[in-house]
Amino acid sequence: MISETNNEKRPNYLNPYFGGLLLGLLLLAVFFLAGRGLSATGSLKLSIATILEFISPEHVANNPYWSRFIPEDGSSPLFNWLVFAGIGTFFGGLISGAVYGRLGKLRIEHSPKISSKTRLVVAGIGGILFGIGSQFGRGCSSGAALSGTGAFSFGGLLVLVLMFGSGYAIAYFFRKLWI
Amino acid sequence: MGPLIPQGIIIGQWDFVIALLIGMAFGFILEASGFSSSRNIAGVFYGYNFVVLRVFFFALIVAMLGLLYFDYFGWINMDLVYVLPTYLPSMILGGIIMGFGFLLGGFCPGTSLTAAAIGKIDAFVFIGGVFIGIFIFGEAFPYFEEFYTAGYLGNITIGEVLGMSNQLVTLGVVMVALAAFWGTWLIEKRVRKRIKLFKF
Repeated sequence: MISETNNEKRPNYLNPYFGGLLLGLLLLAVFFLAGRGLSATGSLKLSIATILEFISPEHVANNPYWSRFIPEDGSSPLFNWLVFAGIGTFFGGLISGAVYGRLGKLRIEHSPKISSKTRLVVAGIGGILFGIGSQFGRGCSSGAALSGTGAFSFGGLLVLVLMFGSGYAIAYFFRKLWI
Repeated sequence: MGPLIPQGIIIGQWDFVIALLIGMAFGFILEASGFSSSRNIAGVFYGYNFVVLRVFFFALIVAMLGLLYFDYFGWINMDLVYVLPTYLPSMILGGIIMGFGFLLGGFCPGTSLTAAAIGKIDAFVFIGGVFIGIFIFGEAFPYFEEFYTAGYLGNITIGEVLGMSNQLVTLGVVMVALAAFWGTWLIEKRVRKRIKLFKF
């Protein structure tokens, strides 16, 4: 395991505007096919509901949140569009990483100013906050900010503006994490 | 004509195959654009790398313009396109919390999936965090159920709130995006002079 990627060459990324064009066309295609946009947290949420249902169906039935995601016909919550898309996202990343030669050993990427351990702790806290926030926000950056705003939703734009806004608001205080 | 699946034009279990393929395309584009690196992503907050802004805003205006044209040509029934509903207080809080998570974690859930796929341990930890976060939310849900559903405005669009058409809204977003592309290009040039080129 290495703690820092030392790829000094300029990574072979797509031109960001070209990447944006592709992402926009994909989003448009999803709207055309499914009438709704992309999502990332949906698959994680349904996975948790499934695990909880497996452990204690009673607990899930008594919880007004988890019980929303258990289909009434008794089928698995995992048998859902969002879950298949989530699995696809992982493998799509894997393919791209393989194509562009970024598939590597398990590694931790962090600023040289912080240790690997700090990075992991902060990444975990960031994930927890994102998990909580995405439920209040009715979606994460994919589901609410991008797909929501893309379909002209006011709530989507609200999430988009506040997400970047609060990020900028606190960026100064956490600058050591990144620069 | 569209959207195809809600109108039953594509039926059976094909929609899951399509979902898998769409997810793969999504993951591929995110990774190929450089979103598998948290330090790339966080650059948007410090001015050294605006890839997030560029990809995100360009995708947004392409999708918005595309939907307008599809609607104009009668290719898509906009009444069947899902407009994310708005719950004011809950979504304001959610957006703010996600901003904190974004800055600390350096990922959003979608990008963390692709970063984990190429071997970033910090991305696996981030995903673990998202799991825990959603779990905490769900378990604590009964305590703030009212807050969660308060301020419901329905499936309201930006245009309906501002009293203008979707076309005008899109024009506004395009202008803001173009200004942002230009402005951030200038900022990035300046910041990169001061900052040592960081390793990816």
